[in-house]
Amino acid sequence: MRNNLDTQAQQYWRANIRTVLGCLLVWFLVSFGAGIIFAEALNGIMVGGFPLGFWFAQQGSIVVFLLLIIFYAWRMNRLDRQFNVDEI
Amino acid sequence: MELQTLTYLVVGATFALYIGIAIWTRAATTGDFYVAGKGVHPIANGMATGADWMSAASFISMAGLIAFLGYGGSVYLMGWTGGYVLLAMLLAPYLRKYGKFTVPEFIGDRYYSDSARVVAVVCLIFISFVYVAGQMRGVGIVFSRFLEVSIEVGLVVGMGIVFIYAVLGGMKGITYTQVAQYVVLITAYIVPAIFISLQLTGNPVPPLGLGSSLVDTPGVSADGVYLLERLNAVVTELGFAAYTDGQKSVIDLFAITAALMVGTAGLPHVIVRFFTVPRVRDARSSAGWALFFIALLYLCAPAVGAMARYNLMDTLQVGAVGAPDGNLLYEERPAWMQRWEQTGLLKFEDKNGDGRIQYYNPTGMSDALEQQYGWAGNELTVDRDIMVLANPEIAGLPNWVIALVAAGGIAAALSTAAGLLLVISSSISHDLMKSTFARNITEKQELLAGRIAAGFAILIAGYLGYNPPGFVAEVVAFAFGLAASSLFPAIMMGIFAKRVNREGAIAGMLAGLIFTMGYIVYFKGIFIDPIGVNTPENWLLGISPEGIGFVGMLLNFALAFAISKMTAAPPREIQELVDYIRSPRGAKAAVDH
Repeated sequence: MRNNLDTQAQQYWRANIRTVLGCLLVWFLVSFGAGIIFAEALNGIMVGGFPLGFWFAQQGSIVVFLLLIIFYAWRMNRLDRQFNVDEI
Repeated sequence: MELQTLTYLVVGATFALYIGIAIWTRAATTGDFYVAGKGVHPIANGMATGADWMSAASFISMAGLIAFLGYGGSVYLMGWTGGYVLLAMLLAPYLRKYGKFTVPEFIGDRYYSDSARVVAVVCLIFISFVYVAGQMRGVGIVFSRFLEVSIEVGLVVGMGIVFIYAVLGGMKGITYTQVAQYVVLITAYIVPAIFISLQLTGNPVPPLGLGSSLVDTPGVSADGVYLLERLNAVVTELGFAAYTDGQKSVIDLFAITAALMVGTAGLPHVIVRFFTVPRVRDARSSAGWALFFIALLYLCAPAVGAMARYNLMDTLQVGAVGAPDGNLLYEERPAWMQRWEQTGLLKFEDKNGDGRIQYYNPTGMSDALEQQYGWAGNELTVDRDIMVLANPEIAGLPNWVIALVAAGGIAAALSTAAGLLLVISSSISHDLMKSTFARNITEKQELLAGRIAAGFAILIAGYLGYNPPGFVAEVVAFAFGLAASSLFPAIMMGIFAKRVNREGAIAGMLAGLIFTMGYIVYFKGIFIDPIGVNTPENWLLGISPEGIGFVGMLLNFALAFAISKMTAAPPREIQELVDYIRSPRGAKAAVDH
C-alpha cells in the first residue's frame, strides 16, 4: 500500500515538473527569445505602431507572464485533485 | 483650491486612512506579527504584494529610465515582472506548505544547519537595508518637493507613520495598509497616464496609445504618423539612439534581465508575503493576482516613458532642427520647467549664448552639423527621476491630479519600507534570538523583541535616508545580485533537489555571494574606490555589474551540486521534509505551528 502511495506521489511530482518546464520554456521564449535575442529581427515586423521585438520586450512578455501563472495555477489545482493531494 | 493646500489635504487623508487601518488590525500574537495569522485573502495579498514590491523606484524612477533608455529600459520591465513566474512556480507554493515564519528559517531547517541560517540572515539584512535607505530618501524628496518642508521633516513624518503601523500591526497591519496604499498608488499612476495618452493619441488606454498614431494638434497635422515612429525620427535627428533600438549588447541585456528576474524571486520581503495566505493553492493564485496588480502599472510605464520623452522633445524643439528659431526661447519656457529648476533637478546653461535651449546628444552628432547650426553643446540637464512627477504638470492636468501623484509616490515608498522593516525585525527576533541565540524567551518576549527590532530598524533607515551613503544608487544592483546569487538558488534547490546537502548549500551561497560582491565592488567601489574601470571592454564576458548576479547564481548552483555529490546525502528526516513540502495536502494544519 505504502509503495503504491509512493509511486503516486512520484507521478504527481513528475506531472508537476512537466507543467513547470513547459511554462518556463514559454517564459524564456517570449522574454529572452523574442524580447532580446531575436528582438532586432522581429523589429522588422510592424504590428500597428509597434516594432514586434520592442513590443515583446516592453509589453508582450508581461502579458504572457500573467497568462502563464494563471494557466499554472489552474493546471496545478487540477493535478492536486487528480492525484488526491489537494487540501481538505 | 491652491495646489499646496490640496496636496496637504490628499496626503493627510491617506495618512489618516493608513493609521486607522493599523489600529483596526493590531497584531496580538507572533503569528499575526510575522505572517498576519495566515488568514489573508489571495486577492488582498496580491494587492499588498504589489504595493510591497513597487517601490519609489518603480513609481518614480522607472518610467523616467525607460524614457531616456528607450528599448534598453526593457530589462527593468521584463526583469521585474518575469521574476513572478519563477516565484509562482518554483518557490511560493512550497514555502507556504512548509508553513513557518521566515526565509532564513526555511534555509536553516532544510539544510539542518544554524550556519546556513545565519548566512541567510546576513544576506537578508544587507539586501533589505540597501533597499530601505533608497525608500526613505524617496519619502524625503517627495515631501520636500510637494509639501515644501525640509527633507528632515519629511523623513521624520514618514518614519513616524511607518513606525505606527509596522510596530503596532506587524505583518497584519502592514498587509491591510498596503492594500490601501496599492489603491492610492495605482490610481495616482494611471489617471495622468490616461490623460496624456488621450492628449497625444486619442486612445484612453495607455499601453495601446503607445502603439497608436499621433492626433492632430491645432495648426499642425500629424499625418497619422505613429507615436514611436515620430519619436524615433525626433531623437535620432538630435543625435540620440533610436528609441526602439538597443544601446546595450545582447549578452548584457540577457544577463541583467536574468539577474533582475531571479533577484526579484529571491527578495525576502516579497517571498514572505506568500507565507500569509491560508492554503497552497492560494499561494499560487495569489502570485497571479500580484503580477496582475503589478502589470497594471508596468504596462503603463512604457507608455508614460515614451510619451514623457516625446512631450519633452516637442516642448523644446519647436521648429526644424538646426533652424535659427528651431529651439525654445529660454524666456518662454513653461511654468513646470521653472518649478523644477528650483529643485536643481533641471538645469539650463546657455553655452552658445543665443537665449534658446538646445537639447541634443553632442557625441551622436557630427562636428560639421554642430558648427553649421551654431551649437556649442547640450544645454539642458534633466534628472530622469522627475519625469513621472512632472508629467501631470507637463500635460497641464488639474491640481488634484498633481496632489494625487504626490500621495502615490509617498504610498509607494512607505509600503515598501514597511515590508522591508518587517523582514529585518522578524529575522532578528525570530531567527537570531528565538531560534539561535536566546532560545528560552516566551512568545510575549519574542513579540516585544520584534517590535523593538522594528523600531531600531526604522531609526537606522531614517539615518540612512538622511545621510545616504554615496553608494545608494550603486547598491541596487547589489541587492538584486545578492538575492539572485545566494538566497534564490538555496531555496530552489531545497525544494527541487533532494540530494543537495548542508555542505553544498553553504558553499554555494558563500561562493555566489563573494563572487557577486567582489565583482560589484571591483567595478563600482563600495566603501573603497573602484579598482577596475567600469567599461564594457573590462567586463567579464561583457556582463556589467548589474547583470553579474546571474553568473553568481550559476556558480552557486554548480558548486552546490558538485560538493553535494562528493559529501554525504542529507539525513532521512530532511528527505521526508522535502516530500512533505512537495505535496499540498495538510497545509492548513501548518497554521497551528
